[in-house]
Amino acid sequence: MSAEMIVFWILAIGAVLGALAVVLPPFGRNPLHGALALVVSFIFMAGVYVQLSAFFVAVIQVLVYAGAVMTLFVFVIMLLNLTPEELAQPKYSWYKVLSVFSALAIGFIVASGLTHVLVHFHAASIPATFGNAASVGGVLVKKWLFVFEFSSILLLSAIVGAVLIARKRRS
Amino acid sequence: MNWNIVLAATIKWVFMVLVFGLGVAGILTWVERKMSAVIQDRVGPNRASILGFRMLGLFHPLADAIKAFTKEDFVPDGANRVLFFLAPLIALVPGMLAFAVLPFGPGDNLVIANMDSGIIALLAITSFGIYGATLGGWSSNNAFAMLGSLRAAAQMISYEVSMGLNLVGMFMVFGTLSFSQIVYAQGHLLGGWLPEWGIVVQPLAFILFMAAALAENKRAPFDLPEGESEIIGYNVEYSSMRFATFFLSEFFEVVLIAAIVTVLFLGGWQIPWLDPKGIAGGWIRVLQVGAFVVKTLFVIWVMMLARWTLPRFRYDQVMKLGWKIILPLSLLNILVTAIVLAML
Repeated sequence: MSAEMIVFWILAIGAVLGALAVVLPPFGRNPLHGALALVVSFIFMAGVYVQLSAFFVAVIQVLVYAGAVMTLFVFVIMLLNLTPEELAQPKYSWYKVLSVFSALAIGFIVASGLTHVLVHFHAASIPATFGNAASVGGVLVKKWLFVFEFSSILLLSAIVGAVLIARKRRS
Repeated sequence: MNWNIVLAATIKWVFMVLVFGLGVAGILTWVERKMSAVIQDRVGPNRASILGFRMLGLFHPLADAIKAFTKEDFVPDGANRVLFFLAPLIALVPGMLAFAVLPFGPGDNLVIANMDSGIIALLAITSFGIYGATLGGWSSNNAFAMLGSLRAAAQMISYEVSMGLNLVGMFMVFGTLSFSQIVYAQGHLLGGWLPEWGIVVQPLAFILFMAAALAENKRAPFDLPEGESEIIGYNVEYSSMRFATFFLSEFFEVVLIAAIVTVLFLGGWQIPWLDPKGIAGGWIRVLQVGAFVVKTLFVIWVMMLARWTLPRFRYDQVMKLGWKIILPLSLLNILVTAIVLAML
């Protein structure tokens, strides 16, 4: 086994174990521990991106998900300060049905993506500029400009929503 | 994988982080006290002595280390032990990793990871510092520590945005995200005589970045998360070596921020008009690394001066400054930079 493979297995197993720890006990019992396990999983994922020569995606993965989004998660969980009673498993059976359904849906998406990659995969040499900031940026603002700008409207609506919620009510 | 690369990276890391970074951070604990003493017309630390030698109190950092190691390591009742132990390390380690992308001199040999998107990587790594402060306060099981950590998280998130936005203007001017490339570009002369340093082409971004970095560092005048002197901060339950680790991480971040400001705005290892392409080698290269160190120490001095000159902000003032002054000005800076670049 080459050194790259060893590093890959360490990263892959770390990412999967981190993801499992989010929901499974002992970490999953405590929301904050679960969130931190997700951070660890994201860091290992970033390592996998680095091995795929996608440096920019790896850096953005750490900056946005592990650094910013999860900070917000941790912040919210800390503010909620949940008691053990509130953390008890919900009794409703539809809740579990919904979880199983969404798990199956995500599994289907992942499986179809994997088969697509496995069928259409060709080992080809990648250009030297692959995955650097300039090439990713070029694709974003040249080829996919409309989608890129359109997704920014999503962020705008979130900001407007936050302002609406935080607005002082007149009464 | 080439093990020589790993070995070389390890040696570089030891020199840049453990010798330079931690060395300067350790001495800063003395500089902080001596400088405040000089500013406030006091004598300052002068008691620690070895065989009667006092060396202007330079033995105090050593005495502090011994004190921190031998003090009782207290863990409060009901604390989340794992996170309580991890939090100081989470505060210290990202800063140590961030040095990996900073070029100490020209060429590939004086930087550990010459990354194409190094500046973004640095922002990504340093964003983990927030976890140290927030988890430290939360895991202490103390309401005051918790409030301190919430102040820390809100403040650091707010100013992180401005920090990143102030660098966008730099990216636009120099057209690169790489630290090494930016330093090379700063050797270029404007009008044949003025070095194109970041502070020359982006003066507003320099001031705003310094302010945001000071806030990110949680030192006065932005020291509300800690409030050493009167309000209680996120590290109130920490003692002995764990407290020292929090403290050291703060001083280490001072060194890191000074190094970042040097590389981005003060020309890094560039000595004006001398070997801007960094090809000379030999003693000139030694001089260039020396220039980097001297500039970094100068920025540290400016930060120390700000810390002991300015009074602390009120918390609403901190938030107002971050969101209503620094953030709009950063956006304006990007807009003006874009207009100027489009007109040139």
